[in-house]
Amino acid sequence: MLLPCVVVFALFIVWPLGKSVSLSLHGSDLFGRPDAYVGLQHYKDMLGSAEFRHILWVTFAFVLLTVIPGVLGALVVVLLLEQHIKGIRIFRTAFALPFAFSVASASVIFATIYNPAIGLANGLLGRFGVDRIGWLTDPSWALISIAITTVWMSIGYNVLVLSAGIGAIPTEINEAATLDGAGGFRASRYITIPLLGPQLFFLIVISTIQSLQGFGQIKILTPEGGPEQSTKTLVYSIYHTAFANNASDFGAASAQAIVLLVILLACTAIQFGVLERRVHYK
Amino acid sequence: MRTGRVVTYVVLIGAALLVIFPVYYVIAGSVMAPGRISSYPPDLFPHGFFTGNYKGATSSGTPIGQQYLNSILQTSIITLSQLITSVLAAYAFVFMKMWGRTVLFGLFLATLMVPWESIVLPNYLTITGWELGGHGLTKTYAGTMIALVLPFLANAFGVFLLRQSFLQFPVELRDAATIDGAGHWRFLSRILLPLNKPALMAVGLYVFLSAWNQFFWPLLIGDSASRRTLQIGISQLNDAEAADPGLILAGVTLSILPTLAIVIFGQRFIVRGLTAGAIR
Repeated sequence: MLLPCVVVFALFIVWPLGKSVSLSLHGSDLFGRPDAYVGLQHYKDMLGSAEFRHILWVTFAFVLLTVIPGVLGALVVVLLLEQHIKGIRIFRTAFALPFAFSVASASVIFATIYNPAIGLANGLLGRFGVDRIGWLTDPSWALISIAITTVWMSIGYNVLVLSAGIGAIPTEINEAATLDGAGGFRASRYITIPLLGPQLFFLIVISTIQSLQGFGQIKILTPEGGPEQSTKTLVYSIYHTAFANNASDFGAASAQAIVLLVILLACTAIQFGVLERRVHYK
Repeated sequence: MRTGRVVTYVVLIGAALLVIFPVYYVIAGSVMAPGRISSYPPDLFPHGFFTGNYKGATSSGTPIGQQYLNSILQTSIITLSQLITSVLAAYAFVFMKMWGRTVLFGLFLATLMVPWESIVLPNYLTITGWELGGHGLTKTYAGTMIALVLPFLANAFGVFLLRQSFLQFPVELRDAATIDGAGHWRFLSRILLPLNKPALMAVGLYVFLSAWNQFFWPLLIGDSASRRTLQIGISQLNDAEAADPGLILAGVTLSILPTLAIVIFGQRFIVRGLTAGAIR
């Protein structure tokens, strides 16, 4: 009964994992198939290149620009929803709606909004007398524009996780706080937020992992990795090195894929290990 | 205190409007006449119901009708297969005593830590290297469909979620069924599954959403537009029809109908699936 799962996992996860390592140690022919063994050459080239350092920087900046606003925004929303709000179900549904949007549909909508000439974003800015912004064509804006799209896609999930976390806090705790005269912001600051520790921590890690894996929004909004490569993250670079312009350099792309794997495993390790001890658990 | 409540509502309503706006914009924009959506100053209201964008979206160079069918087929196969493989594996982990069960379950969970992007290249080489009826796998429609679904026929997340649910099943009921002569198969199909419908719904809807929304793998698979999935289709629509935003938004609206229905009507089921990892 375990066989179907074992076969799929072995064939499409475990074996490719080994194969990725092996590909990263070989050169590749025109079709991306491995040829001569090159040892650690791809890794040496990669770590020595300024372009790769730029890619890592963009990846890191993208994580910061998506995780911090995404988690903080959701926290504010959830804390406000807790203040005995009327129509709470309508709000909940509203914040859940972005779930329905795939990375492709969300990106295409934002591409329309960001359109430099006829898009809504510049149209609204113009109405208030603000100059047009090259949302996706200005190197200092492109990554921010993609981050806005990403935050919009993830906010619903973040609100949901934090709401579930608040729902799990025993009501007696809040009642006791109210009796002691701590309502509103004081209750949030000293009771709700500390008790949400596990969910906040989970969200930060999971959002970081998802940001590191972000691909569709980058590919659709900035097909060439952005103006001056300003949106070229690690995952985009893997795709670009392997498939764009018939580059077919599967060897170098695999070396990048292994770097990605190591970074993501480190994030998971942090989740299970180091920081978990500092988080308040009931 | 009163001003505090006003501020609370203002901030919440503002945030909700920001989040809803793109949802409103895609639907309103899809029924705006050409020219109106890109007018200056921008117009946010449709003023009427223009269906031309939908006609345009379904008859443009990008065959989104066919791509819709492709996506339904791809998503159904993946969902059905993951439900079956997850039920079987979860059953084995909970109800069958075997050597190394805990270790094996740990290995299953470990597969969830492997990012798809770090194994996509070998999978691409493997699958495009296979042949079906003397041709490369992706040269035919059936082959393309196989290539699209094959790596996703099983996933440890479904196993994890169903195992959690099966573990809560009362041992007494299980023993009673055994005493009455019910074998594994009978117990599974007649008693266990009917009593675990919410968990099955949670897994099914979650898998459906993520399969329908896939982008990276379908981008690599498929040699012709008519074998592409809908997600790739709408992104190509975006490239090909850039001058006609209404048409693009009509295509996007069509593509989100199934998932919008799931999010609105199946909310409580997905909440369970999505938050499974967060609440411990």
